[in-house]
Amino acid sequence: MALFGPAHDATLTDNCLTRNDWVCGEYVRTRSDEILDALGQHVTITVVSLAIGFAVALVLAVVARQVSWLRGVILGTSTALYTLPSLAMFALLLPFTGISATTVVVGLVLYSLTILVRGILTGLDAVPAEVRESAVGMGYDGFRLLRKVELPLALPAVFAALRVATVSTVALTTIGMIVNHGGLGNLIARGQRSNFHAEVLTASALCVVLALVADLALLALQRWLMPWRRAVNA
Amino acid sequence: MNALLDGLSWLLDGENWSGPAGVGTRLVEHLWITSLSMVIACAAALPVALWLGHVGRGGALAINISNIGRAVPTFAILAILYMTPLGLSIWTTVIALVLFAIPPILTNAYVGMREVDRDAVEAARGMGMSGGQLLRAVELPLAIPLIMGGIRLATVQVVATATLAAVISGPGLGRIITSGFGRRDVPEIVAGAIIVGLLALVVEGLMAWLQRAVDPMRRAGRRTSRRDRDHELPLVREEVVGGA
Repeated sequence: MALFGPAHDATLTDNCLTRNDWVCGEYVRTRSDEILDALGQHVTITVVSLAIGFAVALVLAVVARQVSWLRGVILGTSTALYTLPSLAMFALLLPFTGISATTVVVGLVLYSLTILVRGILTGLDAVPAEVRESAVGMGYDGFRLLRKVELPLALPAVFAALRVATVSTVALTTIGMIVNHGGLGNLIARGQRSNFHAEVLTASALCVVLALVADLALLALQRWLMPWRRAVNA
Repeated sequence: MNALLDGLSWLLDGENWSGPAGVGTRLVEHLWITSLSMVIACAAALPVALWLGHVGRGGALAINISNIGRAVPTFAILAILYMTPLGLSIWTTVIALVLFAIPPILTNAYVGMREVDRDAVEAARGMGMSGGQLLRAVELPLAIPLIMGGIRLATVQVVATATLAAVISGPGLGRIITSGFGRRDVPEIVAGAIIVGLLALVVEGLMAWLQRAVDPMRRAGRRTSRRDRDHELPLVREEVVGGA
């Protein structure tokens, strides 16, 4: 290329920004504030959605186990919600929650419910009946049985679901850009509209990295919460 | 509730259904790109998955590909493809949709082939069946429920994801939602969401029916017990749930 380039080429500020390269360190250096803001928003929205989603899913799963006819209703409703496309979900929430981060959080919570409720139920169902009976025989009941015996034994299934929910929530947060609260999705949308390659690729790559980091963090948390497993694996 | 009613009355207005940007055109676009993408994805993924499942190799690849797929935001793929020479052509959307349809099809078909009862496979081998016969006459029919489960999951996902094409000005029903956002027209936004949601639910229902209808074991009435099967399915499907 250099052979055919204009003679005054060297006098122009020639960097990856002016060339509109996909990979551009200059972009990351000059816009680091913006990128960190978007990343912060992305992490906040993801963490808040997952925390609320997990709390609601736990309650729903316990209710579904107590009241048998509610089980089908809860599983069916959450599956139907999962079928709803994300753009439609955020659009339907818009009249109630407006152009705000709440719209995104509520949408993401509803999505995470399908995966989390199923995962928690699978885990609780897999607790052997003998274990439950002996705990009851030892005087455990109600909330204490759940907290001390059933939930710890359900942890592997719960964590499997939590990891799936986390990775998809990180990816889905980008669609929040439709109401301007998409974290890194905002950068992708703006970059796409203005044909700014580095902005789109950097933000997209950060999304994937964020999902992988969150997944690894959950894996570490799981090992820390289940020391008996670690002993077996080692 | 008012917003929902406004959305419904927008949908009931015949005028919104006609013309190049009407619901009718968008619906046809939506169905066209989703079916095209599904045909390409099945043609690409099924032979590979069936072969890998038959020879029993590449399991880690088949499973991991769907885990990685989940971490990549659809919107990012659409935006990146849009900035390549493909630009606004329908292939931008189709390629993105194919990429998202392949993992569930591949994973479920592979798992389906591997989970075929080993005794049945050994018996067929003992009867002198060749590899090709074994695949066609034994493994494939027994794997059909899971293979169809993957196709069903992918179809529902593709119908939902196709909505996102609208964000980069692509074709499909999502355009009603984005055009509503552009004009700050809430009834139009809600109307778009209602029709997209309805379509997704209808497709899910149709695919659930199709999954049952093509199950050769169910048709032959040879299945042992309904409970056994229905109990097995969700566990595998859980692994490959994906969002759009």
